[in-house]
Amino acid sequence: MAKTIVVTSGKGGVGKTTSTAALGAALAQRGEKVAVVDFDVGLRNLDLVMGAERRVVFDLINVVQGDAKLPQALIRDKRCDNLFLLPASQTRDKDNLTAEGVEKVMDELRKDFDWIVCDSPAGIERGATLAMRHADVAVVVTNPEVSSVRDSDRIIGLLDSKTAKAENGERIEKHLLLTRYDPNRANRGDMLKVEDVLEILSIPLLGIIPESLEVLRASNLGTPVTMSDNNSAPSIAYSNAAKRLCGEDVPMSIPGEKRGLFGKFFNRRAA
Amino acid sequence: MSLFSFFQKRNTAPAARERLQILLAHERTNGEHSDLVNLLREEIIQVIARHVKVDGEKVAVKMDKGDQFSTLEVDIELPADLERKKAA
Ligand SMILES: Nc1ncnc2c1ncn2[C@@H]1O[C@H](COP(=O)(O)OP(=O)(O)O)[C@@H](O)[C@H]1O
Ligand SMILES: [Mg+2]
Repeated sequence: MAKTIVVTSGKGGVGKTTSTAALGAALAQRGEKVAVVDFDVGLRNLDLVMGAERRVVFDLINVVQGDAKLPQALIRDKRCDNLFLLPASQTRDKDNLTAEGVEKVMDELRKDFDWIVCDSPAGIERGATLAMRHADVAVVVTNPEVSSVRDSDRIIGLLDSKTAKAENGERIEKHLLLTRYDPNRANRGDMLKVEDVLEILSIPLLGIIPESLEVLRASNLGTPVTMSDNNSAPSIAYSNAAKRLCGEDVPMSIPGEKRGLFGKFFNRRAA
Repeated sequence: MSLFSFFQKRNTAPAARERLQILLAHERTNGEHSDLVNLLREEIIQVIARHVKVDGEKVAVKMDKGDQFSTLEVDIELPADLERKKAA
């Protein structure tokens, strides 16, 4: 059965688009059929990070408005046969995204894909709530920094009230993805600890992605970091996070620390 | 880094953690009532205006959110002659 993931955060620049591309690619590399969907209307970037910017013809709004059929708008990845991108519109007004229109597209995607990964725009307005609306699973991207943690807390509140699941009295599965984690700052004691963020937000940890030049290099090349064929730390961290999404039990470690992570904060049951 | 600054600069992460815990405890419970201070201010002015002529600008309401409890500070400047309104 298809699973719909929303990658969300409230705050901008924390790594949602990077994570959508990396998780989507990692899931596809495991053989799953994946569609990554850009909900950031007007500020689309997922196409660029995926290296498909020159192949965009139709977009999400075209499909919602019936100007194009879904298969026409989906762009197949050149490196991986079972990975597809549904781009956002760069020019159309985001008011063209209607709740009913989005629902129809999501239903159609569900019939054909194993995973649908939605890249949310920043903020807590309509764009963000539309992106999370039909999700089964939320990946809350958070940086270990005060304003990001606060915004994630707001988003968690919205996930528990504004999603279709929540309105039906069901629970949406929520996971924390801690990104741009800098071991040096952590060692100096100037960055919130993993434990602190987990305790404050109290949702289970999906992974810790270190701050890394590899992420920048991969996006410069238009390659999801899990596909830029090295064994870089962020690539391994994202691949492990994708395995956990599939229900695999992969030991967690904090970048820059030898000890593994265990104890009450790290049990992997979704909140 | 000089030895001096080493002793001077304490880690900032614990402060970040503490501030967040206090703030979020409030935001989670007051989510819908974040306008509470304004609401209180309006209603306090109405109550006082029933008896004394007050200038809305001279009523200051401040909220200080703490860990154990919060305080509401109300500062009302009354006119010197304290002109009472006639009871209706
Ligand atoms: N782990 C990381 N290490 C280094 N840079 C990162 C990392 N994650 C994201 N970035 C960079 O941060 C910027 C914002 O990331 P992006 O994924 O576009 O965030 P968002 O979609 O949340 O606005 C980009 O320049 C991206 O390359
Ligand atoms: Mg983005």
